[in-house]
Amino acid sequence: MRRVWLVVLLVLAACGTGDDDAAITVLAASSLTEAMTEIGAAFEEAEGVEVTLSFGGSSSLAEQANQGAPADVIVTADRASLAKVDDAGEPTDVARNRLAIIVEPGNPKRITGLADLARDDVVLVLCAPEVPCGRFGALALEKAGVVVTPASLEEKVKGVVSKVTLGEADAGLVYVTDVEAAGDDAAGVDIDVAADRELEAVYSMAVLGQSEHAALAAEFIGFVAGAEGRRVLAAHGFLAP
Amino acid sequence: MAVPLAALGALLLALPVLGLLWRAPWSAAWDVLGDDAVRTALRLSLVASLGATALAAVVGLPLAWVLARHEFPGRRAVRALALVPLVLPPVVGGVALLLAFGRRGLLGQWLDQWFGITLPFTLAGAVVAEAFVALPFLVLTAEAAFRNLDTRYEEAARTLGAGPAALVWRVVVPLTWPSLAAGLTLAWARALGEFGATITFAGSAPGRTTTVPLQVYILLESGRLEGAIVLSVLLLIVSVGVLVALRDRWLFTR
Repeated sequence: MRRVWLVVLLVLAACGTGDDDAAITVLAASSLTEAMTEIGAAFEEAEGVEVTLSFGGSSSLAEQANQGAPADVIVTADRASLAKVDDAGEPTDVARNRLAIIVEPGNPKRITGLADLARDDVVLVLCAPEVPCGRFGALALEKAGVVVTPASLEEKVKGVVSKVTLGEADAGLVYVTDVEAAGDDAAGVDIDVAADRELEAVYSMAVLGQSEHAALAAEFIGFVAGAEGRRVLAAHGFLAP
Repeated sequence: MAVPLAALGALLLALPVLGLLWRAPWSAAWDVLGDDAVRTALRLSLVASLGATALAAVVGLPLAWVLARHEFPGRRAVRALALVPLVLPPVVGGVALLLAFGRRGLLGQWLDQWFGITLPFTLAGAVVAEAFVALPFLVLTAEAAFRNLDTRYEEAARTLGAGPAALVWRVVVPLTWPSLAAGLTLAWARALGEFGATITFAGSAPGRTTTVPLQVYILLESGRLEGAIVLSVLLLIVSVGVLVALRDRWLFTR
């Protein structure tokens, strides 16, 4: 029996030191789910470092960071959310993203633009105003002069995507990359005002003050902003910063 | 060994409560409770939780009665089914509700096609989600009460000419009322605190499905920690009130 415990202890100890040596935790905006997972895996491969990813709405990530979440890097979908983090390093912009309307495959409701989102027969879901996609979405509708009554305000962009792919909503305002990531489960409709700089999400990342692996964290940011990171981000439909 | 571990257990339960009370911004309480969004959420929570309790009573009490009084194949399976929402993570419950009652759901597609009824994103959807998670509390309590009720009372009433309605209202309900009330109150408290199934199934729309727990989450997400704590303390007070009210009925047997 004693020998078993010894083995367990040794295994635990081995795990412990392994983690401490080379591991970082990244808090990343929900819309980066696919791209950042790929980049994280590439960084693990290249550097022999374990990358743990935690996705969520940008505002909630900033709140988690302020509450002392044990993480090393934060990536938000706008500069404003990152600015709310009390203790973070110099921000680096890594990508841009534009809004698009997400609809069911084949666009059965024949939605052609923002104006259609006000129609009575269209069940519309938006991001909550607290998260960047909600703020950009509201601004886009305002600029287009469209007044809508959303059925639900989701706390993160992937919540909007799933409401549409499950067939509960007819349309939602998300990022171009979210439509891309949904593949065959959804279709996208471009909107006129998408190219407006004010309506673009600028993904910004920084090393968190509580990081115990600040050097490694900075290296990861360099990797995301570098050639490999850019290639993956572009493949998922993100624009260069 | 038992006493220190028991103390640790009590501490685990007490510290989070103390944490809330310690950080509660008492001076800001009135400001928070005066906020329009918060008031809407409070009103909605009251309506939705009472609606859910009523729905749970209408279907849960007969279910408890059948489980307690009738022998039929599959009874054990049905009883296990009545406990599922208790152990299922509420978010999973929400997804399950979507796949059953959503626009493309097992039953939902017919509700939509035949009657034009869609539950997601509506107050009715929030009520259904809350009733789903609250149901086990009522069914468990009521079934135990019905089972403990001596069948001789019913037989006596029947020989004296009582019909089924009189039997229910003049014999069964009066004799089991304390337990039924306890079950209804527990179900109501569970419905009031419901979060995961509601946000997944009914979404979050102010005045329609944004109940108090969802409002707490929204306040947290937007960094308004004070408001979130005030609302949490309010929910805490309600739950403690429920426990005190039920003290002698169900929770603590002496």
